[in-house]
Amino acid sequence: MKTKKTVQAVLRNLIAWIFSAVCLIPLLLITFNALKDKKSAAAMNLKLPSLPLQWANFITVIEKGKLAASFGNSLLYSAGSVILCVLFAALAAYVLSRNQTKLNNFLYMFLVLGITLPINYVALTKVLQFLHLNNSAAGIILLYTSMQLPFMTFLIHGFVAKVPVELDEAAVIDGCGPVSLFFLIVFPMLKPAIATASVLTFLNTWNEFVSPLYFLNRSEQWPMTLSVYNFFGMYYKDWNLVCADILLTSLPVLLIYLLGQKYIVSGMTAGAVKG
Amino acid sequence: MNKKKTYPIYFAYGALLIYFVFFFLPGLIGVGYSFTDWSAYSDELHGVGFANFKTVFSSDENYLKIITNTLEFTLITTVLKNVIGLVLALLLTKSIRFLNMHRGIVFMPSVLSTLIIGMIFKSILDPKSGLLNSFFRSVGLDMLAKKWLVSSELAFGSVMAVDIWRGVGYIMTILIAGILSISSDYYEAAAIDGAGGWAKFRYITFPLILPTLATTTVLNVIYGLKVFDMVYALTNGGPGKATTEVLYTAVFKKFGTGQYAVGTALSSVMFIIMVFIGIYMIRIMTRNEVVE
Repeated sequence: MKTKKTVQAVLRNLIAWIFSAVCLIPLLLITFNALKDKKSAAAMNLKLPSLPLQWANFITVIEKGKLAASFGNSLLYSAGSVILCVLFAALAAYVLSRNQTKLNNFLYMFLVLGITLPINYVALTKVLQFLHLNNSAAGIILLYTSMQLPFMTFLIHGFVAKVPVELDEAAVIDGCGPVSLFFLIVFPMLKPAIATASVLTFLNTWNEFVSPLYFLNRSEQWPMTLSVYNFFGMYYKDWNLVCADILLTSLPVLLIYLLGQKYIVSGMTAGAVKG
Repeated sequence: MNKKKTYPIYFAYGALLIYFVFFFLPGLIGVGYSFTDWSAYSDELHGVGFANFKTVFSSDENYLKIITNTLEFTLITTVLKNVIGLVLALLLTKSIRFLNMHRGIVFMPSVLSTLIIGMIFKSILDPKSGLLNSFFRSVGLDMLAKKWLVSSELAFGSVMAVDIWRGVGYIMTILIAGILSISSDYYEAAAIDGAGGWAKFRYITFPLILPTLATTTVLNVIYGLKVFDMVYALTNGGPGKATTEVLYTAVFKKFGTGQYAVGTALSSVMFIIMVFIGIYMIRIMTRNEVVE
């Protein structure tokens, strides 16, 4: 009986390691080959890079792939949509949760329906043309904001309900107006939800490339994901450079994931589980 | 306390306006444009009735293949992500060393950019120099070294496999949360009654995570029907004629060639299907929220 248990435990650990390895190997492959020279990277295998490590690859990529510019673009789009999306989502979630009239519930459902709806990119060009937002950073930020507002509103809505209404009542008696009530009293209480929403919006925007594909024609405006893909098209024979580019593009995401795993997991599983 | 004054509705205007203008409105006018001959080649619009929809559903074009591809992709990835996700969730809620590390690693592909994953797997699945085939050859399983992404028989399966690799960690994480929310009393009672591992799963775990499985299924279905990134990055609809083409890669190609009307008709079909799935989904997702 005891040996059977030990065997089971060993097996379980082994299987867990196999799954983890399957998930890690692609990342190791990229890391190893980013540090090789062109010749040995051509094989794209998991052999450890030989010394000296080719750190120069990263500098080459940053220069050839114009990574500084696209890093700036990605940062602008992501930061812009985080600020707009989280602010408007929090404001909407707050009033729609606190004052649940028939109309407000309908508006909430309408907004949250966007979680599942697809965007009609083709017709969207008409709207962007009409607003003169084609090929502009402002247009793409507003687009990212609109794509993520539904889920972020949903996320924060669930959280607002947990902030006691008595707090609002006390503040109103003390003479708080609606604006100061929200920003001074309620907003600080929503911090965990705001943090989760910010991290998720940032990651989603950073990783997204479909909207720039449709709406940003000039390569100077491209975010990192799109320029890495473009770089791949031009330098597909230089796997060491492509890997270095991929690694640099993924690094911010991986860092945020390592630091904010708790927020990401709680946000992505919100609403999916009872309780 | 006057609720209307304390919680003024204009707080919600910003979100509603941006969402309506950039998200909902294109969906609506898109349906309108589906009945015209809108294209990149003429400035004038003419009504053409249902002609675009006839094109979309006619058998002599590839669209039917595209729609069946999309449905096939949705069905297969949904089932396999749920099954593998469940196995992983059951495994990673047992006593295992470095449990959190394993969970973190399996979830990690979900936060990487699909475009980048596509590029990495293009290399791994390369028939000649790819890591997968090199591995098979090195262990003497040469017959398993196939032309993953470039043969028309295997391409679609390979795309689905990569997508499952990417998405299964997310499903697993949701299911872990579901399993952990089951009260341990049930298991203790079952243990007293002498239930083994299988009986516990069959009569406690499985029935109690069915609602969670329903949610992951809907999430997967929504994702599958809308899939674009993975297919675009791996095969862009090829090899050959529409072997791996799905709805949204087709829409993108129509956009690229300036056939806007057909593109928006395809999008509108999806939009209308999704409104119905969406209403069902929102019901599931909001049923747990506290209503005061």
